[in-house]
Amino acid sequence: MDIIEQIVSGDVRTIARILRDIDDEIPSAKNVLQELYPHTGKAYVVGFTGSPGVGKSALVDQITGAYRKAEKTVGILAVDPTSPFTGGAILGDRIRMQRHFLDPGVFIRSLATRGHFGGLSKSTNDMVNVLDAAGKDVIIVETVGVGQDEVEIVNSAHTTILVTVPGMGDDIQAIKAGIMEIGNIFVVNKADREGSRKTVRELMNLIELDARRHNGEDWEPQIVETVAIKGRGIEDLYEAIEKHRAYLLATHSGKWRKILEKRARIQLMGVLKDQAFRTILERVEGRGDSLDEMVRKIVDKESDPYTIVHRIIDKEFK
Amino acid sequence: MEKARKLRILVAKPGLDGHDRGARIVARAFRDAGFEVVYTGCHQTPEQIVSTAIQEDVDMIGLSILSGAHTYSFPRVLDLLKDNNAQDISVVGGGIFPLEDVPKLKEIGIKEIFEPGARLKDIIDWVNSNIMPRRGVVLKK
Repeated sequence: MDIIEQIVSGDVRTIARILRDIDDEIPSAKNVLQELYPHTGKAYVVGFTGSPGVGKSALVDQITGAYRKAEKTVGILAVDPTSPFTGGAILGDRIRMQRHFLDPGVFIRSLATRGHFGGLSKSTNDMVNVLDAAGKDVIIVETVGVGQDEVEIVNSAHTTILVTVPGMGDDIQAIKAGIMEIGNIFVVNKADREGSRKTVRELMNLIELDARRHNGEDWEPQIVETVAIKGRGIEDLYEAIEKHRAYLLATHSGKWRKILEKRARIQLMGVLKDQAFRTILERVEGRGDSLDEMVRKIVDKESDPYTIVHRIIDKEFK
Repeated sequence: MEKARKLRILVAKPGLDGHDRGARIVARAFRDAGFEVVYTGCHQTPEQIVSTAIQEDVDMIGLSILSGAHTYSFPRVLDLLKDNNAQDISVVGGGIFPLEDVPKLKEIGIKEIFEPGARLKDIIDWVNSNIMPRRGVVLKK
Protein backbone atom coordinates (compact mmCIF):
# COMPACT_ATOMS: atom_id res chain seq x y z
CA MET A 1 0.00 0.00 0.00
CA ASP A 2 1.25 3.48 -0.65
CA ILE A 3 0.47 6.70 1.16
CA ILE A 4 -2.12 7.80 -1.39
CA GLU A 5 -4.06 4.55 -1.08
CA GLN A 6 -3.87 4.73 2.69
CA ILE A 7 -5.33 8.23 2.67
CA VAL A 8 -8.00 7.54 0.07
CA SER A 9 -9.08 4.42 1.99
CA GLY A 10 -9.49 6.60 5.08
CA ASP A 11 -6.64 5.33 7.29
CA VAL A 12 -6.83 7.67 10.27
CA ARG A 13 -3.17 7.53 11.30
CA THR A 14 -1.90 8.30 7.80
CA ILE A 15 -4.37 11.14 7.35
CA ALA A 16 -3.42 12.61 10.72
CA ARG A 17 0.26 12.43 9.88
CA ILE A 18 0.06 13.90 6.41
CA LEU A 19 -1.88 16.83 7.87
CA ARG A 20 1.03 17.37 10.24
CA ASP A 21 3.53 17.22 7.36
CA ILE A 22 1.50 19.84 5.50
CA ASP A 23 1.34 22.08 8.56
CA ASP A 24 5.08 21.72 9.13
CA GLU A 25 5.76 22.48 5.45
CA ILE A 26 7.64 19.26 4.83
CA PRO A 27 8.55 19.31 1.09
CA SER A 28 7.40 15.71 0.46
CA ALA A 29 3.87 16.68 1.52
CA LYS A 30 3.56 18.66 -1.73
CA ASN A 31 4.04 15.48 -3.76
CA VAL A 32 1.33 13.74 -1.77
CA LEU A 33 -1.02 16.68 -2.35
CA GLN A 34 -0.26 16.50 -6.06
CA GLU A 35 -1.21 12.85 -6.23
CA LEU A 36 -4.28 13.32 -4.04
CA TYR A 37 -5.67 16.12 -6.16
CA PRO A 38 -7.49 13.87 -8.68
CA HIS A 39 -9.36 12.36 -5.72
CA THR A 40 -10.70 15.73 -4.53
CA GLY A 41 -13.84 17.63 -5.44
CA LYS A 42 -16.50 15.45 -3.87
CA ALA A 43 -16.84 16.96 -0.40
CA TYR A 44 -19.10 19.84 0.56
CA VAL A 45 -17.27 22.46 2.61
CA VAL A 46 -19.11 24.45 5.27
CA GLY A 47 -17.37 27.33 7.07
CA PHE A 48 -18.26 28.71 10.52
CA THR A 49 -16.91 32.12 11.47
CA GLY A 50 -17.65 34.83 14.04
CA SER A 51 -16.27 36.58 17.10
CA PRO A 52 -14.65 34.64 19.97
CA GLY A 53 -17.17 33.06 22.31
CA VAL A 54 -20.27 33.22 20.11
CA GLY A 55 -20.54 29.43 20.09
CA LYS A 56 -18.89 28.32 16.87
CA SER A 57 -17.51 25.09 18.30
CA ALA A 58 -20.81 24.19 19.94
CA LEU A 59 -22.61 24.76 16.62
CA VAL A 60 -20.03 22.68 14.75
CA ASP A 61 -20.65 19.91 17.28
CA GLN A 62 -24.43 20.11 16.75
CA ILE A 63 -24.36 20.32 12.96
CA THR A 64 -21.94 17.39 12.89
CA GLY A 65 -24.57 15.44 14.82
CA ALA A 66 -27.17 16.43 12.23
CA TYR A 67 -24.97 15.29 9.32
CA ARG A 68 -24.19 12.02 11.10
CA LYS A 69 -27.93 11.43 11.50
CA ALA A 70 -28.19 11.89 7.74
CA GLU A 71 -25.41 9.26 7.46
CA LYS A 72 -22.82 11.63 6.07
CA THR A 73 -19.21 11.37 7.18
CA VAL A 74 -17.70 14.55 8.56
CA GLY A 75 -14.22 16.07 8.70
CA ILE A 76 -13.66 19.01 11.03
CA LEU A 77 -10.80 21.51 10.91
CA ALA A 78 -10.92 23.87 13.88
CA VAL A 79 -8.49 26.78 13.99
CA ASP A 80 -7.28 28.48 17.18
CA PRO A 81 -4.74 31.30 17.49
CA THR A 82 -0.98 30.91 17.84
CA SER A 83 0.79 33.14 20.35
CA PRO A 84 2.70 35.84 18.47
CA PHE A 85 5.31 35.81 21.23
CA THR A 86 6.08 32.15 21.89
CA GLY A 87 4.67 30.37 18.84
CA GLY A 88 2.69 28.13 21.16
CA ALA A 89 -1.05 27.58 21.13
CA ILE A 90 -3.88 26.16 23.19
CA LEU A 91 -6.21 24.25 20.91
CA GLY A 92 -9.48 23.88 22.78
CA ASP A 93 -12.22 23.61 20.17
CA ARG A 94 -12.49 19.84 20.64
CA ILE A 95 -13.84 20.26 24.17
CA ARG A 96 -17.26 21.01 22.69
CA MET A 97 -17.14 18.04 20.33
CA GLN A 98 -16.47 15.17 22.75
CA ARG A 99 -19.46 13.06 21.81
CA HIS A 100 -17.96 12.55 18.34
CA PHE A 101 -14.54 11.38 19.56
CA LEU A 102 -15.31 7.70 19.17
CA ASP A 103 -17.35 7.94 15.99
CA PRO A 104 -15.25 6.57 13.10
CA GLY A 105 -17.37 8.70 10.75
CA VAL A 106 -15.96 11.90 12.25
CA PHE A 107 -12.37 13.14 12.01
CA ILE A 108 -11.46 16.22 14.04
CA ARG A 109 -8.24 18.15 13.73
CA SER A 110 -7.27 21.25 15.71
CA LEU A 111 -5.03 23.74 13.93
CA ALA A 112 -3.08 26.75 15.08
CA THR A 113 -2.86 29.86 12.89
CA ARG A 114 0.97 29.83 13.08
CA GLY A 115 1.19 33.51 12.27
CA HIS A 116 -1.20 33.42 9.33
CA PHE A 117 -3.81 36.16 9.16
CA GLY A 118 -7.23 35.85 7.65
CA GLY A 119 -8.93 33.55 10.17
CA LEU A 120 -7.43 30.27 8.95
CA SER A 121 -4.00 28.65 8.97
CA LYS A 122 -1.88 28.74 5.83
CA SER A 123 -2.37 24.98 5.57
CA THR A 124 -6.16 24.91 5.83
CA ASN A 125 -7.01 24.64 2.12
CA ASP A 126 -4.52 21.81 1.59
CA MET A 127 -5.95 20.02 4.62
CA VAL A 128 -9.47 20.37 3.22
CA ASN A 129 -8.18 18.65 0.08
CA VAL A 130 -6.76 15.75 2.11
CA LEU A 131 -10.03 15.17 4.01
CA ASP A 132 -11.91 15.49 0.72
CA ALA A 133 -9.70 12.84 -0.90
CA ALA A 134 -10.12 10.69 2.22
CA GLY A 135 -13.82 10.52 1.40
CA LYS A 136 -15.41 12.80 3.97
CA ASP A 137 -18.83 13.87 2.67
CA VAL A 138 -18.91 17.13 4.57
CA ILE A 139 -15.93 19.16 5.75
CA ILE A 140 -16.54 21.77 8.41
CA VAL A 141 -14.00 24.54 8.85
CA GLU A 142 -14.17 26.60 12.03
CA THR A 143 -12.15 29.82 11.89
CA VAL A 144 -10.42 31.47 14.82
CA GLY A 145 -12.58 33.98 16.63
CA VAL A 146 -12.53 36.82 14.14
CA GLY A 147 -12.95 40.56 14.29
CA GLN A 148 -13.82 42.44 11.17
CA ASP A 149 -11.62 41.59 8.28
CA GLU A 150 -10.67 37.92 8.52
CA VAL A 151 -12.75 36.81 5.58
CA GLU A 152 -10.53 34.15 4.03
CA ILE A 153 -13.08 31.45 4.84
CA VAL A 154 -15.24 32.49 1.84
CA ASN A 155 -12.54 31.15 -0.44
CA SER A 156 -12.43 27.78 1.30
CA ALA A 157 -16.08 27.10 2.03
CA HIS A 158 -19.01 26.51 -0.30
CA THR A 159 -21.38 27.77 2.37
CA THR A 160 -20.15 30.37 4.85
CA ILE A 161 -22.01 30.77 8.14
CA LEU A 162 -21.50 33.87 10.22
CA VAL A 163 -22.34 33.33 13.89
CA THR A 164 -23.33 36.18 16.15
CA VAL A 165 -25.18 36.55 19.47
CA PRO A 166 -27.81 38.95 20.84
CA GLY A 167 -26.56 42.17 22.29
CA MET A 168 -23.91 42.83 19.72
CA GLY A 169 -26.28 45.22 17.97
CA ASP A 170 -24.00 48.21 17.99
CA ASP A 171 -21.15 46.07 16.81
CA ILE A 172 -23.22 44.86 13.91
CA GLN A 173 -23.65 48.42 12.76
CA ALA A 174 -19.97 49.12 13.23
CA ILE A 175 -18.66 46.10 11.39
CA LYS A 176 -20.86 46.20 8.32
CA ALA A 177 -18.00 46.13 5.87
CA GLY A 178 -15.92 42.98 5.81
CA ILE A 179 -17.05 40.14 7.99
CA MET A 180 -20.77 40.92 7.90
CA GLU A 181 -20.73 40.78 4.12
CA ILE A 182 -19.58 37.21 3.79
CA GLY A 183 -22.36 35.16 5.35
CA ASN A 184 -24.56 32.99 3.17
CA ILE A 185 -26.31 32.11 6.41
CA PHE A 186 -26.41 34.18 9.60
CA VAL A 187 -26.84 32.38 12.91
CA VAL A 188 -28.01 34.21 15.99
CA ASN A 189 -26.79 31.79 18.65
CA LYS A 190 -27.69 31.96 22.36
CA ALA A 191 -31.11 33.05 21.08
CA ASP A 192 -32.68 32.39 24.49
CA ARG A 193 -31.01 35.57 25.66
CA GLU A 194 -32.73 38.91 25.69
CA GLY A 195 -32.54 40.90 22.46
CA SER A 196 -32.48 37.99 20.03
CA ARG A 197 -35.38 39.32 17.96
CA LYS A 198 -33.72 42.72 17.80
CA THR A 199 -30.51 41.17 16.48
CA VAL A 200 -32.50 39.26 13.87
CA ARG A 201 -34.21 42.47 12.76
CA GLU A 202 -30.88 44.25 12.46
CA LEU A 203 -29.53 41.41 10.37
CA MET A 204 -32.61 41.61 8.14
CA ASN A 205 -31.87 45.29 7.54
CA LEU A 206 -28.29 44.46 6.77
CA ILE A 207 -29.27 41.78 4.28
CA GLU A 208 -31.63 44.17 2.54
CA LEU A 209 -28.74 46.52 1.89
CA ASP A 210 -26.37 43.69 0.99
CA ALA A 211 -24.11 44.79 -1.85
CA ARG A 212 -23.91 41.28 -3.27
CA ARG A 213 -27.56 41.42 -4.26
CA HIS A 214 -26.96 44.59 -6.18
CA ASN A 215 -24.22 42.74 -8.02
CA GLY A 216 -26.69 40.27 -9.49
CA GLU A 217 -26.45 37.57 -6.83
CA ASP A 218 -29.90 36.26 -6.09
CA TRP A 219 -29.25 34.21 -2.94
CA GLU A 220 -31.05 35.76 -0.02
CA PRO A 221 -28.94 35.11 3.08
CA GLN A 222 -30.87 33.09 5.64
CA ILE A 223 -31.12 34.00 9.30
CA VAL A 224 -31.38 31.18 11.84
CA GLU A 225 -31.84 31.45 15.60
CA THR A 226 -30.15 28.71 17.63
CA VAL A 227 -29.32 27.72 21.18
CA ALA A 228 -26.41 25.43 20.36
CA ILE A 229 -25.78 23.93 23.80
CA LYS A 230 -29.44 22.91 24.04
CA GLY A 231 -29.58 21.71 20.44
CA ARG A 232 -32.29 24.20 19.51
CA GLY A 233 -32.59 25.51 15.95
CA ILE A 234 -30.14 22.97 14.57
CA GLU A 235 -32.66 21.47 12.15
CA ASP A 236 -33.34 24.95 10.79
CA LEU A 237 -29.62 25.52 10.35
CA TYR A 238 -29.22 22.16 8.63
CA GLU A 239 -32.05 23.01 6.25
CA ALA A 240 -30.57 26.44 5.52
CA ILE A 241 -27.21 24.88 4.60
CA GLU A 242 -28.89 22.29 2.38
CA LYS A 243 -30.97 25.03 0.75
CA HIS A 244 -27.82 26.99 -0.06
CA ARG A 245 -26.15 23.86 -1.38
CA ALA A 246 -29.15 23.18 -3.64
CA TYR A 247 -29.02 26.79 -4.80
CA LEU A 248 -25.35 26.48 -5.77
CA LEU A 249 -25.79 23.12 -7.43
CA ALA A 250 -28.91 24.03 -9.39
CA THR A 251 -28.26 22.81 -12.90
CA HIS A 252 -27.48 25.32 -15.63
CA SER A 253 -27.11 28.16 -13.14
CA GLY A 254 -23.32 28.06 -13.55
CA LYS A 255 -22.90 29.02 -9.90
CA TRP A 256 -21.11 25.86 -8.85
CA ARG A 257 -18.64 26.20 -11.70
CA LYS A 258 -18.03 29.82 -10.73
CA ILE A 259 -17.23 28.84 -7.14
CA LEU A 260 -14.85 26.11 -8.29
CA GLU A 261 -13.09 28.55 -10.59
CA LYS A 262 -12.77 31.13 -7.83
CA ARG A 263 -11.31 28.58 -5.40
CA ALA A 264 -8.95 27.17 -8.02
CA ARG A 265 -7.72 30.65 -8.89
CA ILE A 266 -7.06 31.55 -5.27
CA GLN A 267 -5.32 28.27 -4.56
CA LEU A 268 -3.19 28.66 -7.68
CA MET A 269 -2.16 32.17 -6.60
CA GLY A 270 -1.37 30.94 -3.10
CA VAL A 271 0.82 28.07 -4.27
CA LEU A 272 2.53 30.26 -6.87
CA LYS A 273 3.33 32.95 -4.30
CA ASP A 274 4.57 30.40 -1.80
CA GLN A 275 6.74 28.44 -4.23
CA ALA A 276 8.12 31.51 -5.98
CA PHE A 277 9.07 33.02 -2.64
CA ARG A 278 10.76 29.83 -1.44
CA THR A 279 12.61 29.34 -4.72
CA ILE A 280 13.91 32.87 -4.87
CA LEU A 281 14.93 32.82 -1.22
CA GLU A 282 16.75 29.52 -1.69
CA ARG A 283 18.67 30.93 -4.69
CA VAL A 284 19.53 34.12 -2.86
CA GLU A 285 20.87 32.13 0.05
CA GLY A 286 22.52 29.66 -2.33
CA ARG A 287 24.48 32.49 -3.93
CA GLY A 288 25.76 33.38 -0.50
CA ASP A 289 23.96 36.71 -0.38
CA SER A 290 23.34 37.24 3.27
CA LEU A 291 19.90 38.34 4.39
CA ASP A 292 21.48 39.74 7.53
CA GLU A 293 23.71 41.93 5.37
CA MET A 294 20.66 43.20 3.46
CA VAL A 295 18.94 43.99 6.72
CA ARG A 296 22.04 45.83 7.93
CA LYS A 297 22.14 47.93 4.75
CA ILE A 298 18.51 48.90 5.17
CA VAL A 299 18.90 49.82 8.83
CA ASP A 300 22.08 51.81 8.12
CA LYS A 301 20.30 53.55 5.25
CA GLU A 302 22.86 52.36 2.72
CA SER A 303 19.99 50.88 0.75
CA ASP A 304 16.25 50.28 1.03
CA PRO A 305 13.94 47.26 0.72
CA TYR A 306 12.65 48.37 -2.68
CA THR A 307 16.06 48.61 -4.32
CA ILE A 308 17.23 45.31 -2.85
CA VAL A 309 14.15 43.38 -3.95
CA HIS A 310 14.32 45.00 -7.39
CA ARG A 311 17.90 43.74 -7.76
CA ILE A 312 17.01 40.22 -6.60
CA ILE A 313 14.11 39.96 -9.04
CA ASP A 314 16.20 41.40 -11.88
CA LYS A 315 18.91 38.80 -11.27
CA GLU A 316 16.41 35.92 -11.25
CA PHE A 317 14.39 36.79 -14.29
CA LYS A 318 16.85 38.22 -16.80
CA MET B 1 14.58 25.83 4.04
CA GLU B 2 13.00 23.25 6.29
CA LYS B 3 11.65 24.67 9.52
CA ALA B 4 11.88 22.89 12.85
CA ARG B 5 8.79 20.83 13.50
CA LYS B 6 6.50 22.03 16.18
CA LEU B 7 5.85 19.81 19.16
CA ARG B 8 2.20 18.85 19.63
CA ILE B 9 0.99 17.71 23.03
CA LEU B 10 -2.37 16.46 24.28
CA VAL B 11 -3.28 17.39 27.86
CA ALA B 12 -6.21 15.34 29.12
CA LYS B 13 -7.87 14.31 32.33
CA PRO B 14 -9.09 10.73 32.41
CA GLY B 15 -11.89 9.65 34.68
CA LEU B 16 -14.36 11.30 36.96
CA ASP B 17 -12.41 13.91 38.86
CA GLY B 18 -13.24 17.44 37.82
CA HIS B 19 -10.31 19.41 39.14
CA ASP B 20 -8.40 20.62 36.12
CA ARG B 21 -6.62 23.62 37.60
CA GLY B 22 -3.28 21.82 37.49
CA ALA B 23 -3.84 20.53 33.97
CA ARG B 24 -4.73 24.01 32.78
CA ILE B 25 -1.63 25.54 34.32
CA VAL B 26 0.57 22.91 32.70
CA ALA B 27 -1.23 23.40 29.37
CA ARG B 28 -0.61 27.12 29.62
CA ALA B 29 3.06 26.57 30.47
CA PHE B 30 3.40 24.29 27.43
CA ARG B 31 1.86 27.01 25.29
CA ASP B 32 4.37 29.51 26.61
CA ALA B 33 7.15 27.04 25.85
CA GLY B 34 6.09 27.21 22.19
CA PHE B 35 4.23 23.89 21.95
CA GLU B 36 0.84 23.35 20.35
CA VAL B 37 -1.38 22.01 23.12
CA VAL B 38 -4.59 20.17 22.41
CA TYR B 39 -6.70 20.51 25.53
CA THR B 40 -9.78 18.32 25.93
CA GLY B 41 -10.80 18.99 29.52
CA CYS B 42 -12.16 16.63 32.15
CA HIS B 43 -14.00 13.31 32.18
CA GLN B 44 -12.20 11.69 29.27
CA THR B 45 -12.23 7.93 28.76
CA PRO B 46 -8.96 6.29 27.71
CA GLU B 47 -10.67 5.51 24.38
CA GLN B 48 -11.43 9.21 23.79
CA ILE B 49 -7.91 10.21 24.77
CA VAL B 50 -6.23 7.79 22.39
CA SER B 51 -8.60 8.61 19.53
CA THR B 52 -7.84 12.31 20.02
CA ALA B 53 -4.09 11.73 20.24
CA ILE B 54 -4.11 9.87 16.93
CA GLN B 55 -6.35 12.31 15.05
CA GLU B 56 -4.33 15.26 16.33
CA ASP B 57 -1.03 13.48 15.66
CA VAL B 58 0.51 14.53 18.97
CA ASP B 59 4.02 13.59 20.10
CA MET B 60 3.08 13.22 23.75
CA ILE B 61 0.05 12.69 25.95
CA GLY B 62 0.07 14.35 29.38
CA LEU B 63 -2.45 12.68 31.69
CA SER B 64 -3.49 14.61 34.75
CA ILE B 65 -5.11 12.62 37.52
CA LEU B 66 -5.90 13.21 41.15
CA SER B 67 -8.53 10.55 41.78
CA GLY B 68 -6.41 7.45 42.23
CA ALA B 69 -7.81 5.83 39.07
CA HIS B 70 -4.39 5.84 37.41
CA THR B 71 -4.01 2.11 38.06
CA TYR B 72 -6.80 1.57 35.55
CA SER B 73 -6.58 4.48 33.13
CA PHE B 74 -2.80 4.68 32.57
CA PRO B 75 -2.34 1.04 31.49
CA ARG B 76 -5.52 1.26 29.43
CA VAL B 77 -4.22 4.28 27.48
CA LEU B 78 -0.94 2.43 26.81
CA ASP B 79 -2.82 -0.69 25.67
CA LEU B 80 -5.03 1.29 23.31
CA LEU B 81 -2.02 3.06 21.82
CA LYS B 82 -0.47 -0.34 21.18
CA ASP B 83 -3.72 -1.63 19.63
CA ASN B 84 -3.66 1.31 17.24
CA ASN B 85 0.00 0.89 16.37
CA ALA B 86 0.77 4.21 18.02
CA GLN B 87 3.26 3.28 20.72
CA ASP B 88 5.53 6.03 19.40
CA ILE B 89 3.31 8.55 21.20
CA SER B 90 4.88 9.05 24.66
CA VAL B 91 2.70 9.14 27.76
CA VAL B 92 3.52 11.04 30.95
CA GLY B 93 1.48 11.54 34.09
CA GLY B 94 0.97 14.38 36.51
CA GLY B 95 -0.99 14.59 39.73
CA ILE B 96 -1.21 12.63 42.95
CA PHE B 97 0.11 9.07 43.11
CA PRO B 98 0.96 6.76 46.00
CA LEU B 99 4.76 6.53 46.12
CA GLU B 100 4.78 2.80 45.51
CA ASP B 101 2.79 3.18 42.28
CA VAL B 102 5.33 5.41 40.54
CA PRO B 103 7.88 2.68 39.68
CA LYS B 104 5.05 0.38 38.56
CA LEU B 105 3.72 3.02 36.17
CA LYS B 106 7.17 3.61 34.73
CA GLU B 107 7.65 -0.12 34.35
CA ILE B 108 4.56 -0.49 32.15
CA GLY B 109 5.77 2.33 29.89
CA ILE B 110 4.75 5.71 31.35
CA LYS B 111 7.75 7.84 30.46
CA GLU B 112 7.71 10.12 33.50
CA ILE B 113 5.57 11.00 36.50
CA PHE B 114 5.35 14.57 37.78
CA GLU B 115 4.16 14.79 41.35
CA PRO B 116 2.91 17.76 43.38
CA GLY B 117 5.75 20.24 43.73
CA ALA B 118 7.16 19.55 40.25
CA ARG B 119 8.25 22.88 38.84
CA LEU B 120 6.86 24.01 35.50
CA LYS B 121 10.37 24.75 34.27
CA ASP B 122 11.51 21.22 35.10
CA ILE B 123 8.53 19.71 33.29
CA ILE B 124 9.25 21.77 30.18
CA ASP B 125 12.96 21.00 30.31
CA TRP B 126 12.12 17.32 30.57
CA VAL B 127 9.82 17.55 27.53
CA ASN B 128 12.41 19.47 25.51
CA SER B 129 15.10 16.89 26.15
CA ASN B 130 12.99 13.72 25.97
CA ILE B 131 10.24 14.28 23.40
CA MET B 132 11.19 14.78 19.77
CA PRO B 133 8.70 15.81 17.11
CA ARG B 134 8.14 12.74 15.02
CA ARG B 135 9.44 12.18 11.50
CA GLY B 136 7.34 12.33 8.34
CA VAL B 137 4.46 10.11 7.30
CA VAL B 138 5.16 6.37 7.46
CA LEU B 139 3.91 3.50 5.39
CA LYS B 140 1.90 0.62 6.77
CA LYS B 141 3.84 -2.61 6.83
